[in-house]
Amino acid sequence: MKLVTFSGPPSSGKTSVILKTIESLRHRDVSPAVVKFDCLYTDDDVLYRKAGVPVKKGLSGSLCPDHYFVSNIEAVVDWGLENSYDLLVSESAGLCNRCSPYIKDIKAICVIDNLSGINTPKKIGPMLKTADIVVITKGDIVSQAEREVFASRVQAVNPKAIILNVNGLTGQGCFELSTLLTEESQDVTTLKGKKLRFSMPSALCSYCLGETRIGENYQMGNVRKIDLEKGENSESK
Amino acid sequence: MSPSRKTINELLTAYPFLSSFLEDNNINYKGNEDKTLREIINLLDKNEQEELAINIQQLEENLESFIEQMSEFLSDDDEEVTSITIFPGTDKSGAPEKYESLELKKGEIVCIVGPTGSGKSRLLGDIEWVAQNDTPTKRRVLVNNSVPDSKWRFSISDKLVAQLSQNMNFVMDLTVEEFVTLHAESRMIEDIEDTVKTIISNANNLAGERFSKDTPITSLSGGQSRALMIADTATLSKSPVILIDEIENAGIDRKRALDLLLAEDKIVLLATHDPTLALLGNRRIVIKNGGIDKIIETSEEEREILAELEVLDKRQMQLRNALRHGEKLQ
Ligand SMILES: Nc1nc2c(ncn2[C@@H]2O[C@H](COP(=O)(O)OP(=O)(O)OP(=O)(O)O)[C@@H](O)[C@H]2O)c(=O)[nH]1
Ligand SMILES: Nc1ncnc2c1ncn2[C@@H]1O[C@H](COP(=O)(O)OP(=O)(O)O)[C@@H](O)[C@H]1O
Ligand SMILES: [Mg+2]
Ligand SMILES: [Mg+2]
Ligand SMILES: [Zn+2]
Ligand SMILES: [Zn+2]
Repeated sequence: MKLVTFSGPPSSGKTSVILKTIESLRHRDVSPAVVKFDCLYTDDDVLYRKAGVPVKKGLSGSLCPDHYFVSNIEAVVDWGLENSYDLLVSESAGLCNRCSPYIKDIKAICVIDNLSGINTPKKIGPMLKTADIVVITKGDIVSQAEREVFASRVQAVNPKAIILNVNGLTGQGCFELSTLLTEESQDVTTLKGKKLRFSMPSALCSYCLGETRIGENYQMGNVRKIDLEKGENSESK
Repeated sequence: MSPSRKTINELLTAYPFLSSFLEDNNINYKGNEDKTLREIINLLDKNEQEELAINIQQLEENLESFIEQMSEFLSDDDEEVTSITIFPGTDKSGAPEKYESLELKKGEIVCIVGPTGSGKSRLLGDIEWVAQNDTPTKRRVLVNNSVPDSKWRFSISDKLVAQLSQNMNFVMDLTVEEFVTLHAESRMIEDIEDTVKTIISNANNLAGERFSKDTPITSLSGGQSRALMIADTATLSKSPVILIDEIENAGIDRKRALDLLLAEDKIVLLATHDPTLALLGNRRIVIKNGGIDKIIETSEEEREILAELEVLDKRQMQLRNALRHGEKLQ
């Protein structure tokens, strides 16, 4: 079984792209399954089931979904192996701009959309910067010029990635993506001993854990204070 | 010397395009131009580096890849694309296509016709992916009569096909001038100011209603947006093939638009069912059930129809303008 991890900001088109890509893979007799990781709520499992794709979902609640991913992906891989799927796709909501669910030697795909604004590539951390393939969606509703500017910003933060423009609605580009998913990647038999591509912050702050009250008394863990003296410099952080 | 060992000053002198790389990667080097990238990152303590998710080794590798890619993009020794040849595959039922081969030459307009779902977009997709028997149609595409470089598939700056979208919504909050400048910058154009002026003036020649460089792009009309995009693509796009999915009649001089693209020696592919446009092409490709069914050369008789249509079109345009200017129609 092969494993690929998809991640990306909310509503960027992950499910649409995965569904269309799976359709292409099925023509090549690949049997796929999906696991969706999200925070509080997702309907994606319904969409996958409707398309006849076996699916599991995991909700992290108030935890960072990527931390939750690491603690659970091994069990999900075992589920995939038991059922002899050819390809297990994980879809994670990229809600934490600091973390990413990518594992060394496992194909990692980041899905972002043209509508999110040209400064988005700058703001997304390892989820974009350490992906093998960056899929850019919603090119159908912006101009050619905007597509080019957006793609060049992505290239600047991740020059090694393959960047593909894909239309999540029509599936244009999904066949091409499907050929890249399985090539040059090894079958996984276990995730034991594999490593994340990028460390996740070791200590979480109280807000990661669901705290909503504002004030010193409620702040625990790894809390960093803004330096208002630093002016311009602190802006880029 | 490896670029990672150079100071920021040395880097920017050798590779001016790195200023966008540094900015997009949030590298704050002001005041430290005499240091290397690694020295600047090391000014941050470990916690700060962790929080910003900076991995210096990866950043250095990215710097080197970026320099390599941009230098290749900017170099002039690329072979010019003069032709694209498509060899037959199979239609949706697996039957082989009947044509021998189809060669598209630069400076040529070719139309693609066929009902929705017949496979027009797939054909265009085959060209963009430079298919090598590895798409559902099993077609094969050659560039300049030889097996193409894989850069056509994966490079984002050197793409074989530029596509003018059907929907022309801008989402950025910029004026026309700022927008075209931003695009020109991302294309590493040298003479940005003049290029931007030319694009805006060409666009105004295509649009029925004029607009100024200070107009916000989000308030351009449909016709103005299209005109701007066509002028922009004609000048800034390096892609040898331009794909147009149906230019609507929305207040733009379509013949001039095509002339502008052809003047840049592009291969123009036009998916359209508009007779005026379809007849402007030398040939049209008829798609049926996923396969290329026929290739029709535009005949002399058809060209005579074109002359007829052009008169009608002119009349339409005239009436449209009269309406716009509040005149009585006559
Ligand atoms: N116009 C256009 N819309 C798209 C495209 N891709 C996806 N969409 C739409 O964008 C919306 C979100 O798409 P999803 O596939 O659900 O996005 P997602 O990333 O899976 O969303 P979450 O899992 O909720 O984070 C849907 O309404 C899609 O139909 C595209 O290429 N073009
Ligand atoms: N020769 C072919 N063999 C197999 N599938 C095809 C072929 N041509 C087209 N298709 C598929 O048929 C569907 C419709 O084609 P598309 O190119 O989107 O049509 P159009 O753009 O003309 O509306 C797509 O899923 C496409 O991949
Ligand atoms: Mg989803
Ligand atoms: Mg189509
Ligand atoms: Zn996190
Ligand atoms: Zn937190």
